[in-house]
Order: sequence, then structure tokens, then C-alpha cells
Amino acid sequence: MKSTKFTEPRKLSKEEVDRKWWEIGDFFRRNSLWMLMYCTGCCAIELPPAMTSAYDMERLGMGPMATPRQADILLISGYLSVKSLRRVIYTYEQMSEPKYVVGLGSCPINGGIYHDSHAVINQLDQYIPVDTYVAGCMPNTESVMNGFVDLMEQIRDKTAKGWIKYKENNEWYKKNQKAALGEVIIHDEFHE
Amino acid sequence: MLLNILVGFAIAFFGFVLQTSVAGVNRKIIARLQKRYGPKWYQEFLDIFKLLSKRATSHGWIFDFGVIMALGGIIATAMFMPLTNNIVAFAGYDNFFIFVYLIAVGMLGMAMSASGSGNPYASIGVMRALTTMLAYEVPFMIIVLTIINTTGFSSLTEIGLFQQASGNTWFLIALPLGGIVGILSLMGMLGKKPFETYIAPAEIASGPMVEYGGKQLGMLFIMHEITVFIEVSLFVHLFLGGAENIFIFLAKYFAVYTFVNLISNVNGRLKIDQVVKFYYKWPLIMAITQAIIAIYFGWVVSI
Repeated sequence: MKSTKFTEPRKLSKEEVDRKWWEIGDFFRRNSLWMLMYCTGCCAIELPPAMTSAYDMERLGMGPMATPRQADILLISGYLSVKSLRRVIYTYEQMSEPKYVVGLGSCPINGGIYHDSHAVINQLDQYIPVDTYVAGCMPNTESVMNGFVDLMEQIRDKTAKGWIKYKENNEWYKKNQKAALGEVIIHDEFHE
Repeated sequence: MLLNILVGFAIAFFGFVLQTSVAGVNRKIIARLQKRYGPKWYQEFLDIFKLLSKRATSHGWIFDFGVIMALGGIIATAMFMPLTNNIVAFAGYDNFFIFVYLIAVGMLGMAMSASGSGNPYASIGVMRALTTMLAYEVPFMIIVLTIINTTGFSSLTEIGLFQQASGNTWFLIALPLGGIVGILSLMGMLGKKPFETYIAPAEIASGPMVEYGGKQLGMLFIMHEITVFIEVSLFVHLFLGGAENIFIFLAKYFAVYTFVNLISNVNGRLKIDQVVKFYYKWPLIMAITQAIIAIYFGWVVSI
């Protein structure tokens, strides 16, 4: 029998070392999720009870953040008009990677009660990748919290890969965005 | 000399670990105050390591260099900080004015880096931070100069030893008006609620930190924790009679930070002009009155 004492430890390949570091990073990332809340719709009313003493989101390490650069989650609640979709895309592209998107309510899934409006997009998934949906019109606070826990489990299982998908299928997303928004030539100090 | 430098780094690292833990415990205390369960006590560590594990964008080399300058300047300042009467890295160099000068390096690094991002909110935040600094420094300096005049020393350990030698008469009690001014100035230094004009997340989107994300923000968080360690330790040594051993230091440190944090969390936020007016009115009057009483009349409360 070969002694285990003198056997060389198996050398890890670079991918394996990278994966180990990524798993350690995932532990920190899922325990400290900072949100940027894009609350244009009525589902935003479910967030105050989730944050204050009733459900206390902070015990999961989550909290609201002021700017897209600092945030990990982009929380999109309610319907998105075509005008605000452009701002959502700007915001999403400013966030630092890894970044996740949570769609709240039924409006980002299929348009909700505004599905036949001319000013509203129906499926958010066509324009930016969404990791977790919380369905309902409006979802109650338990399901909001449940959605966040689902996202944490997805990060642990490495299935929250929306930001990688956005990079890989960038042309497809850009094509959809242009189809919805149209090419607009902007005249301001940043785009001249 | 090498040993001294190693001790200095150990003190800076100790300060980081101490302040990060105390801040985490304080988040729990504030949560209980608001009838919530609160995060884990090591949540601040998780936040910092998460930020260091993220990818970040850069806005030019001044943006990156300023962050490193801020962190390096603050670590250099913390190396001079005495923990107790005996644990001090560079004995004889723990002068009060060393901290006043060195802490400016870190602050200016952050100001430079924030202005380098080109975001108008960052410029507004830096301007407000410097204005607040201008406001609280004047009364604070008058009180500290009164203490230096009373004791005849400007070294932090000597001031601490003076208070312990005279029957443990803390300057918080011996100079009662000055103690109040000290607490108010400490709240301004830490950026606590009534004077939190330069962070103001709801108004100017967290001010100087608006463009930071990922690694740079993580480094700024480490810098912020060490800055808080320096400022609270200064208060402990100047007003609370220093510390004979490390446990007394920990107890005093925790008490001061928690007290300030409790006041902070039941207050709203003032506007920047209200902050300047406030500091130039009541704390300045109290500081000057205290200086006249202590220096010209020699009335110092003693137990």
C-alpha cells in the first residue's frame, strides 16, 4: 500500500484555482447584496415592509444603495415605459460586475395589466437579462423576501449568470433594444 | 526601527479589525433600537471583502491613485496612534499635531480621487466635506489647545498620564463645556447624523463616493474604518484619560462610538449652511468661554 504521507499533493490547474477563488467570492457576494431600486411601478409599496421591522431585509445583509456603481442588484419593480427602459439600460451597463437583476411583479414578465398599452414594453427579458422574477400583481412581502433568498441560492449554485449572458449575446440584446427604442440622435454635451 | 514600523502596522491593522467589529455590533444595536433583528455582527467584513472581490471601472489614473493615497495616508496616521500608555509604535512621536497634519493626507487623497471622477455630485460632496471640516475644526482646536495649555504636554500618552495621575480626572468632567464641544466635534468628524451633510444618500447620492464601485469602494471602506478608529481614539486619549491597559481602551472606545451612534440615529440631517452656523455659534461660544475660564481664571473641576 502506498503511503499517503509522501505522495505529492495533486497540482490544481489554473481553472480549478480560479473556480475555488470564485466560490469564496460567491460566499461574500451572496451574503452582502446591495440593491439599486428602480421603482416606477406600484409594487414598490411592498418594499418598505420588507426593509423595516416586519421582515427586516438587513438581517440577510441586504440594503439599499444610492448609485448604480455601488449596487449588486438592480431591482425593477412594475411596468417599464419605453422612455424609462433607456434609463434602465444605462443604469444596468454602469453597474460593476457581477451584477444581478430582479424583476418584481407581473409587469416585467408579460406586461401585466398594461400589456396592451402602446407606451410600455411587455417582456423585460428581451432587453436585459433577468435572474429572478417575483410574480404577482402585486406580490406580497413574503414572496418578495422569498425571491431574494432564491437569488442567493442561485448565486451559490452558480446559476445567476445573467451578466455573462448579456456579454455573450450582446448583439441580440442590442438589436431588441434598438427595435424598441429606435435610433435616437442625442444632442447634449456628452454625445456631440 | 524595523520593529517600531511592524508595531505601527499591527496597530493600524488592529484598528481596522476593532472598528469594523464595533461598527457591525453597532448596526445590530441600532437594529434592535428600531425593533429589527439586525445583520450579523461581522456583516461589515462581508461587505468589504465582497467589494474587493468585484470588478470595477476606472475613471483615469488620478481616480485610482487618489484612493491608494487616501488608504496609505490613513494607515500612516494610524501607525502613530497610542493604544494604551505603553503600546505605542513610535514613543515620543504621538504628538497631537502629527495626527492633525497626517490625517489631511488621506482626506486630500480622497478629495482628489473623487474630483477626478468628474461627477458633479462628487464635487458637491467634497466641497461639503471640506466646509464641515472648516466648521468643526475651530471649536475643537480651541478646546485641544486649552488642554495642552493646562497639562503642558501635547503628546497623547502624556495627556492621558496627566489625567490618570491627578486622581483619574477626565477632561470630559474637568472641562465640562469643553467635553460637550468635544462630543459635538467628534460627531462632525465622524459624519454622524445631524452633521452628515456630505454623504447624504438621498440628496446627493452618497457624495464623494458616487462613482466608486468594486475594489476602489472597498479600499475607501477600509480607509473609512481606520479614520473612525483614529478619531475615536483621539477623543479617548484627550477627554477620557487614555487607558492603562488594553481592556480599558476597548471599553472606552466601544462606549464612545456607541454613544455617538445612538445620538446619530434619532436625528435628522441639517443643511450645510445650518451646520456651519451651528458650529460657529454654540460650540464656538462654549469653547471660548471654557478657554477663558481654564486659562485666565485657572478654574478646572477636580474630584
